[in-house]
Amino acid sequence: MLRHSLRRLLGLIPTLLMLITVAFFMMRVAPGGPFDSEKSLPPEIEANLNAKYHLDDPLLKQYFHYLGQVAVLDFGPSFQYKDWTVNELIAQGFPVSMTVGVLAMSLAFIVGTLLGIAAALRQNTRIDYSLMGVAMLGISIPNFVIAPILILVLAVYAGWLPAGGWDGGFASMVLPVLTLALPATAYIARLTRGSMIEVLHSNFIRTARAKGLPESVVIRRHALRPVLLPVISFMGPAMAGMISGSVVIERIFSIPGLGSYFVQGALNRDYTLVMGVVILYGVLIILLNFVVDLIYAWLNPKIRYDETS
Amino acid sequence: MTKQAEKPIIDPFEAALGVSDVKGRSPWEHAWHRLLKNRAAIYSAYIMAGMLVLVMLGPLVVSWESDFTDWDYTSAAPSLESGHWFGTDAVGRDILVRTLEGGRISLLVGLVATIVSLVIGVTYGAVAGYYGGNTDRIMMRIVDIIYALPFMFFVILLMVVFGRHIVLIFVAIGAVNWLDMARIVRGQTLSLKNMEFIEAARACGVPPWGIIRRHIIPNLLGIVIVYVTLTIPQVILVESFLSFLGLGVQEPMSSWGALVSDGAQDMESAPWTLIAPALFLTVTLYCFNYIGDGLRDALDPKDRL
Repeated sequence: MLRHSLRRLLGLIPTLLMLITVAFFMMRVAPGGPFDSEKSLPPEIEANLNAKYHLDDPLLKQYFHYLGQVAVLDFGPSFQYKDWTVNELIAQGFPVSMTVGVLAMSLAFIVGTLLGIAAALRQNTRIDYSLMGVAMLGISIPNFVIAPILILVLAVYAGWLPAGGWDGGFASMVLPVLTLALPATAYIARLTRGSMIEVLHSNFIRTARAKGLPESVVIRRHALRPVLLPVISFMGPAMAGMISGSVVIERIFSIPGLGSYFVQGALNRDYTLVMGVVILYGVLIILLNFVVDLIYAWLNPKIRYDETS
Repeated sequence: MTKQAEKPIIDPFEAALGVSDVKGRSPWEHAWHRLLKNRAAIYSAYIMAGMLVLVMLGPLVVSWESDFTDWDYTSAAPSLESGHWFGTDAVGRDILVRTLEGGRISLLVGLVATIVSLVIGVTYGAVAGYYGGNTDRIMMRIVDIIYALPFMFFVILLMVVFGRHIVLIFVAIGAVNWLDMARIVRGQTLSLKNMEFIEAARACGVPPWGIIRRHIIPNLLGIVIVYVTLTIPQVILVESFLSFLGLGVQEPMSSWGALVSDGAQDMESAPWTLIAPALFLTVTLYCFNYIGDGLRDALDPKDRL
């Protein structure tokens, strides 16, 4: 297991390199630089700025310079927010995005599996059909549609919750977390239902029932683990989806998280900030996928890497 | 010779059973019958057909132009008297006609970007699966690497870097959406390529590319159709996501995502500007998902019981 994990970790390096390379060259071939604002700078000042940020070096030299910086986790100064380094901006935005993301993920996992199991146990009844209908709706409604509607109903008309903003308090979290969790919840519910139905028809469940175990024990002790396997492997894509979803959510609810910095940075051609955020997100997705793989292997006795590799 | 000898024996047998002509059913017919039994999918298909007609012909019928600003009715609520059945936006443009024309763009993006991803994905997956070995390993490793990248951010970067042209939206979304298709097609190809009819074709001297084109790809059709129907809503969603952020189609063109974005800004004073495009978008995605689901259930050979 340990050897396998280490090998997988080493295998992540090419992915990371490619991520950094693509992000770097894409931003640099872009027409327009970070300093072409509405009022043009005097040429000497612009030259000085370019020199300061190494923008006048040959592209390859810039690339290796940047790689060296990233290797020591220094994403450089932000081009737009003059007095800030990208590290400081990330340090400010990341905890906020992380809080929303982790809460939404946990909510989606718990509610999704519970709903899925409930639907599977009442397969082809009205409860099953309505739960799955709602789940399909959850998948189909984009979160930038559901968010304004929730704001309109719960914040503007009813006045129960704040319409946006972020103070770290519970009330300001409810709507963003709910909206972000909705599509993943719906997807997990559908996955769990399908997987549960399949597992309940398998022989080992028949055995468990035949030896007279009560149904609740059959489900908790025997069915749950294999049922969760497809859900676990969905967690990787789910997290990637949540990260991109958070860009929209943070904008709608005006949350000062990484996603808002990313969109602002992209629109302002703030190269260093955008690359910093893309790399951070990429690393996050890659690492989370790695963790998901490990959990999957731990839950699934069929996978024993050491013997095969 | 044998056939003629057998015929008289079979005929009385059939007559005794009361069946004169036993008709076989092809797998496609089986699938079709299963699909017809799936009411949700059939209704969704009808609604989608209606939506297509509405979006294509609607703007010709509605008496307003999408860029006409009716200064007498700015931010007007839906009403029959004013002729703005769905109301108007802040500069007096008719919401109904804008929603319908936005739908053209959204559906067009969905279709074209899906075709782009289809062509790339099927070719890539079929080649990787058919050649196998190291070719397969390297090609799939590349897919794994790209898969791990936060692709939404790359679409955003692409849009920012190369300007917000509509063709680019097609290509950008299609170019990052082919990974699933490639994986599925590869898996299917792997299981197909060892079958006898492929071997027969190879024995006849058909070149690899000919086998892929004539024998592999047609046999992938079922699963590809399912994933196309599931990719279209995804692509529409991505486009509206971009437009919502202000990175998608630009004025005067519009799409459902852009309209939802506009509507969300005025929703407190004029909620109808949000509701119409949101409704159209959601109904479309909902129907496509149900059709895709129904097709998957119908074409999936696993539960052919």
